[in-house]
Amino acid sequence: MNNLALTNSFRFISLILLQVVVFNHLNLFKFINPMIYIAWVFLFPFRKNISLLLILSFVLGLSVDFFSDSGGINAAATVFIAFVRLPILKLVLNKSDFDYWSFNLRLLPFSKAFLFIAILTIIHHLIIFSLAYFSFQDFLSIISKAFLTSVFSITIIILGIALLTKKK
Amino acid sequence: MQQLIYFIKKFRFFLLFLLLEIFAFNFTLQYHSYHKSKFVNSANLISGGLYNKLNSITQYLHLKTENQLLIEENVHLKNLLDKKGVVPTPASIQVTDSVLYNQKYEYTTAKIINNNFTKRNNYLTINKGSKEGVETESGVINGRGIIGVIKNTSSNYATILSILNNNSKINVRLKNNTHFGTMVWDGDDYNTTQITDIPRQAIIKKGDTIITGGKSSLFPEGIPVGTIKDYDIKNNQYIQINVVLFNDMSALENVQVIKNLEKIEQRNLEQQTINE
Repeated sequence: MNNLALTNSFRFISLILLQVVVFNHLNLFKFINPMIYIAWVFLFPFRKNISLLLILSFVLGLSVDFFSDSGGINAAATVFIAFVRLPILKLVLNKSDFDYWSFNLRLLPFSKAFLFIAILTIIHHLIIFSLAYFSFQDFLSIISKAFLTSVFSITIIILGIALLTKKK
Repeated sequence: MQQLIYFIKKFRFFLLFLLLEIFAFNFTLQYHSYHKSKFVNSANLISGGLYNKLNSITQYLHLKTENQLLIEENVHLKNLLDKKGVVPTPASIQVTDSVLYNQKYEYTTAKIINNNFTKRNNYLTINKGSKEGVETESGVINGRGIIGVIKNTSSNYATILSILNNNSKINVRLKNNTHFGTMVWDGDDYNTTQITDIPRQAIIKKGDTIITGGKSSLFPEGIPVGTIKDYDIKNNQYIQINVVLFNDMSALENVQVIKNLEKIEQRNLEQQTINE
């Protein structure tokens, strides 16, 4: 348990630093900045009690907000995906209940894990860009930017998870 | 009462979720309003310090463009001196009588340690704060043109509301006549901004120079902004005027913060006139 807390705190800090130092200034094709810090939410241990996850997700999002001067945009989106994480996983797995303690994202078949990560990332990015633009006039730019950025975020997150986490 | 407790117990995660979202939305609304000072900003010890450290590593990459900027500004200033007929030798230094001459603007140098230009609402961070006399609502420029307005300050750092921001409205005018308008940004390209409110009797041409108007207390008049790229006319009204900025907003390093020493006087006078 102690080891688990340590791993998650280390991951928390390194993902924030990676996001604000590298990925916020990437500007691929002029405007794409992948948001990879949400990988923390995907990898956080699955428990029935999600209050810790919600609070930590809020802190995670707000820390990124502090660095990128964006109000509460990242905090709102991250708390939202933290809240819908479990229902979406149940939907993807087509199960109403499963063994929370031994669950590991790496043990899922690739297609299911991909679907889980992709759905949550797209929801997160849609919230981020709608809150950043904050107007119905820019509907098309919100949709296009959210999807284009999602493609890169999903790719980098899956590569990162595949390369840097251990299969238990 | 028991039912209430049961309700809270049953929906405790959802209530926590709602509470956190309300906090986040509150910060977001603050972020979208121009007048509210922002609690969430990067002018704090941790993010400012980190960006400062990073900048000290990456600043060497910009040396070439920074030198070019300095030379351009020097040439511009030398041309100005020559127009006024002042020979820049030590013997010709004039002593200005401070009783007769009133200084209106004071310039401070600062360095941009965090630059953003791809988002809808861009904020920059500089490495000078209230300790060095940087105040909120001061204009920020560099040798090529305007950059933004100071939004939040801490003791060592300050954030700038970039001209590439939905909340940024800068008073600008044409260089060859005195018609003025407001510069805004539509969020598409970081090299082009838009001008609204130019009256229909103003004659504009492609390539006309745009400068700051001096109607606000933030910028002195005549700071270069950009040139007109294209415009649309419908029913004798200017619909959209696109301006190409002189500044490359993606590569900013050294900037100057303008402090208006007569700002309070001007504000008070304007306020008094409104109240009467």
